[in-house]
Amino acid sequence: MVVTSPRTRAPRARRPYSGTREINEQSELGAVYMRTLIRAQRRLGLSVCLVVCGSLGVLPVLFTIEPDLGKAEVFGLGLPWFLLCVATFPMLLLAGWFYVRQAERSEREFAELVERP
Amino acid sequence: MTSGYAIAAVLVVALGTILVGTYGLRVSRTTSDFYVASRTVSPWWNASAIGGEYLSAASFVGIAGLIFAYGPDMLWFPVGYTAGYLVLLTMVAAPLRRSGAYTLPDFAEARFRSRVVRGVASVLALAIGWLYLLPQLEGAGLTLNTVTGAPDWVGPLVVTVVVTVNVMSGGMRSITFVQAFQYWLKLTAITVPIVFLIVVWQVQGAQSLTKPDYPAFPHDTEVRFHNPTTIHAETSIFIQGTGEIDGLRIENSGLVLTDGYHRIGQGSLFTFPEGAAVPHVSTMAHNTNETWAQPASSGEHFPLYGVYSLIIATFLGTMGLPHVIVRFYTNPNGTAARRTTLIVLGLLSVFYLMPPLYGALGRLYTPELLMTGQTDAVVLVLPTRMIDGIGGQLLGALVAGGAFAAFLSTSSGLVVSLAGVLSQDVLRLGGVRGFRISTVLAGVVPLAMTFVSTGMPVADMVGLAFAVAASSLCPLLMLGIWSTRTTTIGAIAGMLAGGVPALTAGLVTMFADIGDSWYGVLLSRPAAWTVPLGFTVMYVVSLLTQRHVPPGVQRTMVKLHAPENLGLDGSGPASADERS
Repeated sequence: MVVTSPRTRAPRARRPYSGTREINEQSELGAVYMRTLIRAQRRLGLSVCLVVCGSLGVLPVLFTIEPDLGKAEVFGLGLPWFLLCVATFPMLLLAGWFYVRQAERSEREFAELVERP
Repeated sequence: MTSGYAIAAVLVVALGTILVGTYGLRVSRTTSDFYVASRTVSPWWNASAIGGEYLSAASFVGIAGLIFAYGPDMLWFPVGYTAGYLVLLTMVAAPLRRSGAYTLPDFAEARFRSRVVRGVASVLALAIGWLYLLPQLEGAGLTLNTVTGAPDWVGPLVVTVVVTVNVMSGGMRSITFVQAFQYWLKLTAITVPIVFLIVVWQVQGAQSLTKPDYPAFPHDTEVRFHNPTTIHAETSIFIQGTGEIDGLRIENSGLVLTDGYHRIGQGSLFTFPEGAAVPHVSTMAHNTNETWAQPASSGEHFPLYGVYSLIIATFLGTMGLPHVIVRFYTNPNGTAARRTTLIVLGLLSVFYLMPPLYGALGRLYTPELLMTGQTDAVVLVLPTRMIDGIGGQLLGALVAGGAFAAFLSTSSGLVVSLAGVLSQDVLRLGGVRGFRISTVLAGVVPLAMTFVSTGMPVADMVGLAFAVAASSLCPLLMLGIWSTRTTTIGAIAGMLAGGVPALTAGLVTMFADIGDSWYGVLLSRPAAWTVPLGFTVMYVVSLLTQRHVPPGVQRTMVKLHAPENLGLDGSGPASADERS
């Protein structure tokens, strides 16, 4: 078959753009992608912080309204000492590990979303 | 406790630091090497370096001293110093790295595209850095004074010289190695002695740490008062020696110290009998070991306010410390920055198990420090006091070396980052020469400040630096990273509204004597009111000035939050042609 006159006038079919391009070109859709990622990360970060800081933050009030708690003993240590010297650090580490895992997961999901052609 | 071994240990640490630094000199050649170690540092190295830099005089000697004197309320210092990294991890680590900022002012400019925001952030970073350097130098003075009897100004001078020379010659690449090495040195220096001390305590019958008695002299104890001191005796004691009590001169004779307050003259030397209740400095609460071990035993006005203020300052202040931020730039990407921070959390958790043990054992074995007020020395004195002979001296030398490592490493980190800020934003001198001039300036200013400060506990001073950081740079980072509505005017107003009152309160506490007034705690622990102030002003002013949202904020947000490997650049908008 010989093409004597290639079709140049007709519009080419509009290729769907990848999310990467949407974001780089600052389209509405790109902004939505970014907003979703930022919101997810912000929610995750704030929740981890609030849970940890909240559970630590109630301790001074508890010890003030219930002074007997300060006299309780765990493994031969005063309760405040046990909580602050021993129990806190593994909890902080665990929270940090959980956060890193979740944050990396949500970045992977974001990457899959925007790289889909 | 003048000891040849301890002097040797301090010398070894100082020389070792210089040697490792010189080794770095041969590796670092270009300006980029000088500033950021060319971003070739692995997470473990980097995390060790962050730990090495972060564990300062406050962590090594200060926390133990405060716990020893004021009880479990002070446990919030180690908890807060560690939790600060969790907040940093969850809220700023990855975005900060992705912003490509080397210093906080860089971040301010990258996010807000404004020289003014950058300028304000620079001034605050400098203030925080100097506020933080001061207690390092004072700690060095205390250490050298304790182990060699040298005058108080020698330690600060030695630290300033070693650090300045080291930073000038090596820049940050050498510093990364030095810092990583310092973390492990410090961990060893604090862990090995405490293991021996606990064994000794157990062998000697594991005396209860929380008996309902006042701390008592374990044996006849000779105490020298280096400063005029007001003490409170709980019971009458018969003391002997030479010196001045309540204006009365005593020459080598005995005297009954009645219960109540007494003024002891400078240079007095008295021997206190075994078993007598230890008098304490007038500013401390009257605690038996049992009441000391309870929360809110510090005898402050408004203890609950004090604790919460401390929590807020340490949890939020870590991210605003200039020397901590710099380290994140040496991570290759945001993910690595997060992992590094997680490792740091682990390293700090291990270290912070130790200082409270020193503080608690100090109640039994070195109670006279409650009377001289040199509570920061408890870590340094305890090994020689509990273990006789060469063993105790060697352990004491190890602790002294570790403490000195703490002063050197934190000061190095601070001086590097302050020199960066000074050369880029204040002196406007580029290149290696500008960096060197700035280094000298960064070191000399706090050295001068040591001559006028009033000698409060080092951990408290560090707490003030945290408070300023939490009230000014923390809102800038948090709102800058997570809210697109923050405006340039809002950022400036918020930093000033939080930072200026916190800084003023800090300076007043450090350089003026506010005595025992009810508002003292509002000034010495300002964070609980200045941090909300900073956040609120920044947010509200931003909402009121929405026309001043910095240009290209969407692009900046892409840069801060999108993973690096997706090819999402933060560059200018694509033209319409490319689209069709």
